Amino acid sequence: MLSHSVKRVSRMKARTIKTDYLARVEGEGALYVKIKDAKVENVKLKIFEPPRFFEALLRGRAFSEAPDITARICGICPVAYQMSAVHAMEHALGVTVDGQLRALRRLLYCGEWIESHVLHVFMLHAPDFLGYPDVVRMAQDHPDIVQRALQLKKAGNAIVAFLGGREIHPVNVRVGGFYKVPAKQEFAQLAEKLKWGRDAALETVRWTAQLPFPDFEQDYEFIALRHPAEYPFNEGRLVSNKGLDIAVQEYEDHFEEQHVSYSNALHSVLKERGAYFVGPLARYNLNFDRLSPLAQEAARAAGLSPLCRNPFQSIIVRSVEVLYAFDEALRIIEQYERPEHPAIELQPRASTGYAITEAPRGILYHRYQLDDEGLILDAKIIPPTSQNQKTIENDLRHYVEQAIDLPDDQLTWQCEQAIRNYDPCISCATHFLKLHIERK
Amino acid sequence: MDRKQKPKLAVWKFSSCDGCQLSLLDCEDELLAVAGEVEIANFPEASRAVVKGPYDLSLVEGSITTPHDEERIHHVRRVSKYLVTIGACATAGGIQALRNFKDVKQFISIVYATPKYIETLNKSTPIADHVFVDFELRGCPINKHQLVEVISAFLQRRKPNTPAHSVCVECKLRGNVCVMVAHGTPCLGPVTHAGCGAICPSYNRGCYGCFGPQETPNTLALSMRWSELGASRQDILRTFRSFNAYAEPFRKESESYES
Repeated sequence: MLSHSVKRVSRMKARTIKTDYLARVEGEGALYVKIKDAKVENVKLKIFEPPRFFEALLRGRAFSEAPDITARICGICPVAYQMSAVHAMEHALGVTVDGQLRALRRLLYCGEWIESHVLHVFMLHAPDFLGYPDVVRMAQDHPDIVQRALQLKKAGNAIVAFLGGREIHPVNVRVGGFYKVPAKQEFAQLAEKLKWGRDAALETVRWTAQLPFPDFEQDYEFIALRHPAEYPFNEGRLVSNKGLDIAVQEYEDHFEEQHVSYSNALHSVLKERGAYFVGPLARYNLNFDRLSPLAQEAARAAGLSPLCRNPFQSIIVRSVEVLYAFDEALRIIEQYERPEHPAIELQPRASTGYAITEAPRGILYHRYQLDDEGLILDAKIIPPTSQNQKTIENDLRHYVEQAIDLPDDQLTWQCEQAIRNYDPCISCATHFLKLHIERK
Repeated sequence: MDRKQKPKLAVWKFSSCDGCQLSLLDCEDELLAVAGEVEIANFPEASRAVVKGPYDLSLVEGSITTPHDEERIHHVRRVSKYLVTIGACATAGGIQALRNFKDVKQFISIVYATPKYIETLNKSTPIADHVFVDFELRGCPINKHQLVEVISAFLQRRKPNTPAHSVCVECKLRGNVCVMVAHGTPCLGPVTHAGCGAICPSYNRGCYGCFGPQETPNTLALSMRWSELGASRQDILRTFRSFNAYAEPFRKESESYES
């Protein structure tokens, strides 16, 4: 497999830098940057992850099957797919799951955020900041940090495995609730791990804050859910820092997907303003006041202001969200009482349901149209990575111009790092990366 | 330094969700030990460093769905001493093999505005349909402990210990009450390959067959029992037609319920 090949077309004036197979992202993709006379001519983020046609294969399936089928879109964030699916189906069927069942869903999501964010912070992103090709080689010089990372990740996985049966594609989530709910005393062992995790997460925020960050800020439109009282997981209105404030079911009125020739992932844009930014940085910027006091304090101590526009610092924000997730998980466990029934009763009906939940990488939209037996007539799924693609391309355009004097190999690596700021999940986006930089 | 002596491990991805290769990174307690025993030579999800082949052990995730991948798998076979497929996509075609029962052109037009940009094959097929496979590890996703067992076994040149009996045996070993006998919950456990540890019945749910068919499964007897429990023909068809829909015993059983 070709990787990180750098081809000088002619000295300095014209060059092609390409990475044919972008590493340390989930899925398959490539980047192509064409530079002419120190100006970036063209940036293409290519997604060659083979299309899997989920929206088509869901047609004719029962509403109850959507959480398990859509989980298979992504092995890194299956809980996100399950959560968007169950909430969209419950919206369609006119029911609301609340109380302790709702709290357990937040707890499960905390587990996935921890597992996914810790994977990205330490295994995929930190090696870039420290100049290692991967975490295994980083572990040779920083064994204690990598060991702590693995144990943090394990604590996140422990939540998902405890509530869901296993870490990847958990089996316990259903439309209406769960198959089985735990007794309060069963949480005791998990709670001990999470208390250790909360302390280790606080250390992680401090550790990420001292990494070297390039000076790079852009005027982004950040988009995330906002809930009246909570840091968002499953509910809220969709808001931005540039005036967007809509209900979830109005999503398709304001956004559209574009199909470009060089990618198997559709590009999602705001109809009125184009590119936008979803994920931890967007959530943090729009919901700082909803973080727990501990997470707010840690962010401030790390030197983060409540509005952060440097995508490289997303590694600190992810760490803040990991801390929040441990804090929130412990709060939920403390207030837990076993609900009388593991799920609520459901009655199929012809209807359409909508949901957006906050996957680790940003908002995940699901829409389903059902017939009167509860079979799926039509499905629409818009994952976070396809929403960030245009912003990633814009970042690369600006970042390459800023760093244009770097030698090709360093520039290539920094472009990869700029892409990894978004923790792109390519498997999701095709339901995404290689790097080509061409200098002319 | 005896670095050069270490066997080289490569991880390859075809059409999939990345969950099975993530299982390797999810081995939090074993990952650094595994990394001590092998040279992780090609694992793009985890590393930007690529060591040239040939490789002693290749783990292959995903199914073949594009003309390009149909060619690429032959390259992977040529550079691999042992090739082990991991997960339902690689061993049975995965959930994306649902296209095999429909017209793929229709599928493309449902999802994409400009179908001509999309290159895809009519069918999603397992790796063994294209090249010789040394061992198949089942599951959607695979069990990470079984993955460590398979890697260890190949390093020690022995047969992996991954029992081929049904989920029922694991359920009994776990001391579960049978969800089908006691609660009348339709369960695929009697025909499904072991390996998960009987998770679904332990969570009061019927097995949904994500590890695919066991050796010589009696799918007919099971679907008749499902009918008695009130499952419709369409329910049975959909049940066999999920993550391992294109595995032969499940495919045939589902086809007999096509009306």
